[in-house]
Amino acid sequence: MREERSEIAEKVTSGDIRTVAKLIRDIDDKVPEARESLKALYPFTGRAYVVGITGSPGVGKSTLVDQLVTHLRRREQTVGILAVDPTSPFSGGAILGDRVRMQRHSMDEGVFIRSMATRGHFGGLTQSTRSAIDVLDAMGKDYILVETVGVGQDEIDIVRSAHTTIIMLVPGMGDDIQALKAGILEVGDLFVVNKADREGADRTVNDLRMMIEMDENRYKDGWKPPIVTAQAVFDQGIGEILEAIEAHRAFLRASPERIAARQREKAKNDLTEMIKDQIITQLLAEVVNSGAFEEALTSIMDRTLDPYTACDSIVSKKIKSGTR
Amino acid sequence: MERNETTEQRKRKVRVLVAKPGLDGHDRGARIIARAYRDAGFEVVYSGLHQSPEEIVQAAIQEDVDMVGLSSLAGAHMYLLPRVVELLRDKGAGDIVVCGGGIFPEEDIPKLKEAGIKEIFTPGTPLGEIVRWVEQHVEPRR
Repeated sequence: MREERSEIAEKVTSGDIRTVAKLIRDIDDKVPEARESLKALYPFTGRAYVVGITGSPGVGKSTLVDQLVTHLRRREQTVGILAVDPTSPFSGGAILGDRVRMQRHSMDEGVFIRSMATRGHFGGLTQSTRSAIDVLDAMGKDYILVETVGVGQDEIDIVRSAHTTIIMLVPGMGDDIQALKAGILEVGDLFVVNKADREGADRTVNDLRMMIEMDENRYKDGWKPPIVTAQAVFDQGIGEILEAIEAHRAFLRASPERIAARQREKAKNDLTEMIKDQIITQLLAEVVNSGAFEEALTSIMDRTLDPYTACDSIVSKKIKSGTR
Repeated sequence: MERNETTEQRKRKVRVLVAKPGLDGHDRGARIIARAYRDAGFEVVYSGLHQSPEEIVQAAIQEDVDMVGLSSLAGAHMYLLPRVVELLRDKGAGDIVVCGGGIFPEEDIPKLKEAGIKEIFTPGTPLGEIVRWVEQHVEPRR
């Protein structure tokens, strides 16, 4: 087992594409061995610079990723891409179409593209995606671009896993800016107003600027998110976006405390999520399959017991037996 | 609608790449197949038009799919389809099932199968039949 672990780790760190691809699949399918590989890979992580790209469907996330890859490759940076699309809540299937806009990079050995489905998870970033980031990091990619599923309002998970989070918008969604105020707009390190040739681009930029200016408190650590206009499909504004990413990177680097705080936040979030996942899958199954659960169900149906009391008693019993 | 999948119950999902090799620019059929696969619970990677066999194989490997479905309507299938099989084998990924769908002259079908194309679906094949074939012949990642 130990041998196998280090063998996979060796193949991943030496950039073996098939091993990496299979490992990500195993992670997604929750194969227990994949966890062992992740353990072995962890010492090799923490080197890549992770950029998250989020925004409503159709704003141009895939196109921006495609262009960023071209620019990063010109600077001789290797790139890993994770593109997330939604799983159908009805069939459990998914159509993963982000590759369509990135195909020109598929023959480039310095680029690894992987499409992932949400598989019923909300928040934009699954545990599997977080682990896949680690795999591409261990593989040695300089940059990892994570394109979240385009649902719009609360995909803020990405913020905790990315060093720089890009929020993409398009003109003509003025009212949405109001609606989004309490959601993703609060977490951007960089705003891109794409399709800037469209009417209303100036207004969108102004709305964003106003929102940022009014929120002085949030940005008192010194980084005020820049707003870049772009026409990703025509390769316009991409250089500026990359410069803004680099500027943010330099900003983070400038203060060791800032980096430490961010890393701690990320580690805390990752570990909490992992524990939550494990507790839910393990304990929930035990509880639901227990006699007490069935008994409680019957009593609730008779109305001799209310579900609140039943829940309190089952949970407190479970916790007692769990901490023994 | 069952959504209470726990780790133990979670089964491996079939992953399929639907691709259009060559210069053929009509992808309505490929999109309909992709939808049918989605509705069957598969994860379908769609890589778009005008793909070379090399690009398709690279995508299949990076995405770790169980099957590649190639749509061909323009008559270059005798080169493009066997080439995909050959390249997959070269890359040590010969275990990925390759199928074809579209317009094929009757007499080409046996030759394609001999070249390693597992199945060919011609116009008029019901979607359900194609989905069932995949369920029966494609094992999600051994």
